[in-house]
Order: sequence, then structure tokens, then C-alpha cells
Amino acid sequence: MSATAAVRSGAVAVPEEAHCHYVLRLADTSLVLGQRLSEWIGHAPELEEDLGLANLSLDLIGQARLLLTYAGELEGGGRDEDALAFLRDAPEFMNLTLAEQPNGDFAHTLVRQWLIDAWQLEVYTALEHSRDTRLAAIAAKALRETRYHHRFSSGWLARLGDGTAESRERTQRALDELWRFTPELFAPDEVDERMSRAGIAPALTELAPRWSARIDADLHAATLKRPATQPYPWHGKRGVHTEHLGHLLAEMQHLQRTYPGARW
Amino acid sequence: MYTQALDTHQEPAATAAEAADAHAARFQSRIDDEEKIEPKDWMPEAYRQTLIRQISQHAHSEIVGMLPEGNWITRAPSLKRKAVLIAKVQDEGGHGMYLYSAAETLGISRAQMLEQLLSGAAKYSSIFNYPTLTWADIGAIGWLVDGAAIMNQIPICRCSYGPYARAMVRICKEESFHQRQGFEIMLTLTQGTQAQRTMAQDALNRWWWPSLMMFGPSDADSKHSAQSMRWKIKRFSNDELRQKFVDITVPQAHFLGLTIPDDELHWDEAAQHYRIGPIDWSEFQAVLKGNGPCNRERLEARRRAHEAGRWVREAAAAHAARQQARAAAATSTGEIT
Amino acid sequence: MSETDWPLFEVFVRSRAGLEHKHVGSVHAADARMAIEHARDVYTRRQEGVSLWVVRSADIVASDPEEADALFEPARDKVYRHPTFYAIPEEVKNL
Repeated sequence: MSATAAVRSGAVAVPEEAHCHYVLRLADTSLVLGQRLSEWIGHAPELEEDLGLANLSLDLIGQARLLLTYAGELEGGGRDEDALAFLRDAPEFMNLTLAEQPNGDFAHTLVRQWLIDAWQLEVYTALEHSRDTRLAAIAAKALRETRYHHRFSSGWLARLGDGTAESRERTQRALDELWRFTPELFAPDEVDERMSRAGIAPALTELAPRWSARIDADLHAATLKRPATQPYPWHGKRGVHTEHLGHLLAEMQHLQRTYPGARW
Repeated sequence: MYTQALDTHQEPAATAAEAADAHAARFQSRIDDEEKIEPKDWMPEAYRQTLIRQISQHAHSEIVGMLPEGNWITRAPSLKRKAVLIAKVQDEGGHGMYLYSAAETLGISRAQMLEQLLSGAAKYSSIFNYPTLTWADIGAIGWLVDGAAIMNQIPICRCSYGPYARAMVRICKEESFHQRQGFEIMLTLTQGTQAQRTMAQDALNRWWWPSLMMFGPSDADSKHSAQSMRWKIKRFSNDELRQKFVDITVPQAHFLGLTIPDDELHWDEAAQHYRIGPIDWSEFQAVLKGNGPCNRERLEARRRAHEAGRWVREAAAAHAARQQARAAAATSTGEIT
Repeated sequence: MSETDWPLFEVFVRSRAGLEHKHVGSVHAADARMAIEHARDVYTRRQEGVSLWVVRSADIVASDPEEADALFEPARDKVYRHPTFYAIPEEVKNL
């Protein structure tokens, strides 16, 4: 099935570029977040958590592979999952700015994870009904994983928020620091709007209140305070990142860049 | 997964006295009949201690073994290789946990075993004190180190102690993909560019001898073997296993077009075995004593993770205690929870 | 509990094709919800559609092997509990 045929007939015609960018945003968010989690392996607070975080990382990289492959087909330029992952530079990456933030301590990692898990829950649930049947299938698989991820991260949020004085302080601090990246999660731009009109993607503004309600419920269970929203317009989705992404990519892409054209 | 005959202390004393004891005689006859010994069964104290030591060393090896390979996860050269490597390292962590779990049935706690590892008191397989310097090292580890480990492990599936045997059966089932992925990496490299072929040969040069040392010294030099054999904890000698490994692996290296770094390696037609040159056991001893290239770094990494994670573990425990107290209070006041 | 004292839970897994839960090992966890997650991550990486039980090890009551004779030996010579003890003529069906 060709990439265009995957969009059921009757849909509004979508410029391939917007379609490709939309899929890349999902792909890159999963890839960058998966890469960040993989940094923890062997260094987690307990052996069982080494396995838990590795599990999350594997799921996210799996999502990234499916989405990148699809994006490459939509692009039509012959780039496969590895060409996209290892040979693009930072301005071509379309992940949410939140995903590239450094791991910090366990609280930082958990809060970042939980915020994105709640976002993916809304987005993948909506995408199951996408006119793009390929995307819907990927979303259905990813949703099962994301439900487990959210169980994991919200469970830990509660343990850390409502644990010891130290854990609450660290977790509240992580929340206060990462909250500023959340407006980007549901701020639609032309790509989002085009995809939404085409029946391929959900309207982000409709998902926002559901995400917000879930966040509030989880924060309440964790006895944490929701920070005030700071409206700085982060643009990771459009390829304008923080300094962190460059270092992450330098590490990740090193071998392919050093040995151009080699097969691994 | 990474067993090695690390126990070079004396044979347990008082075997003569125990043999006279009825319990001990019945115990030995159960072993001779290939019955499994289970956690609550009577066992000689020396059997218990030998197992605790061997199982916990094996577990420590798995856990420390996550580090040299974990070193290349973020730099894996393709998404598929990254995913496979994460899965492999995850398996190793899991194997460590099966083994800690088996050891705990003998009366030692995970906390105690962890303390022994982090303090430097416990031993683990010396192979993990070597650095992973290139991506080819990941291939070499899968091919050689996992290969050697599999050879060590399969006999232990028939070990006399039930929980250890069952853990090993589980581990061996999961192990098969580990060696294959390592060999496949080497194959891809040797079929690749000149730089990749050089990388593969360099990795083999550095990992060959340490892999042979994984089987432990010759049994003539290992004082613990006899009793372990009698108790069916150990089922083949170190030399037997090492020879088997060499006979299987040398043809694989030839297939890859790589050269084994041993000038004295030759085929013994009469015996139908490959014969290797002398192993430098002084290097093995040095690494065991803590003076290998990465001993310090490996333990430091685990200590740091353990220390950094303290507040997390405390928080989880505090939260659980609070939840339990709330549940108890609710039941006592007749609330529906 | 102290920070090193995440209690031990025994893990039982029933695979999709299985009929009963089998004991597979143990995990440490601070609470039951975490124990399920740990058991899933450690013991079911290669299985689909399983059922998991976790039980605090301290809550398990086991028979004493030293008493095995008293507990289990008497049943051995009571052959009348076994269906093969009864000789039923071949012509009688459904027994």
C-alpha cells in the first residue's frame, strides 16, 4: 500500500510535506525520549528500575522505528529509519522540546516521562481513529505501551511526591523546571491544523482539557502543586531546539558520521 | 550468564565428620539419585555456603556485565542494533535477578549480597573488568564471552539445587539470541569496509584470551572442584569446558576470516582437538585482585548508582508505609476502602 | 521498613496457554502495585497474555520437608483414592 493510499479516500488532500512533518514529530519525540531513557541503563536506583526504564526505552525506540520508516516513505526521498535517525542535524529534528531535556535526577526523568506519557495517551487514542490507516495501526500498538508507561510514571510520581520530604522537594522542583515546556504540547500550528482538517490528526485544543484533567488527578494523588503556566513559545516541533539536542545527536550519530556509507 | 570458577579457597573442613552423620549420608544419596535439593531441605552448611557464594558471584557478574555493553547503547550505529543491545542488557539484568532470587532461598538477602559486591568483598567474573573500546567489542562480547558463558551454564541446568537449576534453565533459554547477535555483528563487520574489518580483528585480539580465562584455572590448580563435583554443583572440569569452547570457536573465527591471536594454535590430528598456547594466568590473578583496566570504574559506577538512588528507594518505602497505615486506619474505622 | 528493605514478593505466572500459575522466582518491591510491574518486567518479557500473581514471601506458609512423611506418606498406600483401583467391566461406558 502506497503512503498516499493509506489516507482513506474522501479526505482533504494533504501536502506530503505536512504529512511527513507530522509523522516526524511523533517519531522524533519517541526517538529522543527513548535515547534519553537508555542513558539510565545500569545506573538506576534499583535493579528492577534498570529493567523498567529499559523497557520504556525499547518501546519508544520501537515506536520511533515504525514512524520514521513511514515518514521516509511519505517523504519519498529514499531515506530509511537509520538515514533519518543518524544523518539529520538538529534543525531537521521535530521532537517536542520537552523530550530532549537532560535526565537530571530520577525525579526529573520521571516528571518528564509522566508529562509526555499523558500527552501520548491523548494523541495515540485520538490517532486510532485517523483517516491515515497506517498511522492508526501504529497508534493502536503504541497506545497499549503508553498505558503501561503512564501506569509506571504516575505510580512513581505518587511515590516520589508523597514519599519523603526530600523526594517531594526534588519532584516539585523538577515539575517547576519542566512545566515551561508543556504549552508546546497542545499549541497547534499550520501543520497540526492541516492534518486535523484532513481527518488525519486530532485537534490539539480538544485534547488539552483531557490532558489537563489527568495531570491534575495525578498531581493530587502525588500531593504536588501544579505550577503556573509560563507562555514561552518553544519550537522543537519546528526544528528550533535547546542546546541539549546537539549533544544528544553528536553521541547518537557518532559512528555513522565517522564511517560514512558503512553497513552495520 | 557469566560464570567462572572463582572459588580458589580451601575445601570445606570436617567432611569426614559429616559423612558419619545420618543426615549427611541421606543427603548425599539424594544427590547421587539425581534428586533436587529444595530450599527448606536439610543440607550441609558447607553446601549452603558454597552455593550462596557461587550463585551470588554469578548474579554479580550479570549485573556488572551490563556496564561494558551498556557503554555502547547510546552510540549503537543503527536503531535495530540499539534495540537489540538494550534488550540484551535488559536480559542480563533479569538474569542477575533470577540468580539473586535463587540465592535468597538459601538465607542471604539481596541487600547483603549487594553490600558484598559494592564493598569489593565479593568476586564477579573478571571478563567485565575489560573496557569496550569500539563497536566491534560488542560483537566480540556476544560471540566469545556469551559463547563461553553458555558453555559454563548448560551443565548447571542439571545442578543439584532446585532453584539454581531452574534459574539456569530460564537463563539458557534466553541466552541463544545473545550469542547469535554478537556473531552477526562480527559477520557484518568482516563483510564491510576495511576499517570495519580492522575493527573486528582488533576486538578479537583483545577479547580472545580473557574469554579463555573465563573458564578458570586448570582443575589441578583449583582446590574446590572435587567437592563441588560430588555435590553436583559443578558437572564438568574447567579444562573440559575450555577445550570444547576452543574447538567450537576456532572454525567460527576462520569463517569470519579473522586470525586468532595465538601463534601456537594448531590442530592436533591424533586427539581431534585444537591446541592453544599458554594462558597468562598472572594477568587473570591481577584482574581478580582488582588491578584490571576497569575494576575500579565498574564498582564505582554501581556504587554511585546505589548512592544516588538512596532517596528514591527511601521515598518508595515511606510511601508504601503510609498507604498501609491509611488502609489499616480505614478498615479499623469501618470505612470502605 | 528501612530503605534497603523493599520486601520480597514471590512471583507466579500463568502463560496464555497454561492452566495454572507456576512459581518462577521473586522480586523486591516497595508495594504490591510495584511488585506487579517488576514481576512483569523481569519474568514476562517473552510472553504474551499472561496472568501474574505476586505474594509477599512472608505470607507464604510452606509444609515442612521434615514432616513430609507424616503429611504425605499415609496417602501413598490408600490406593482406593485412585480411579485405577476399581475394576470396571469394559462394557460399562462413561465411568
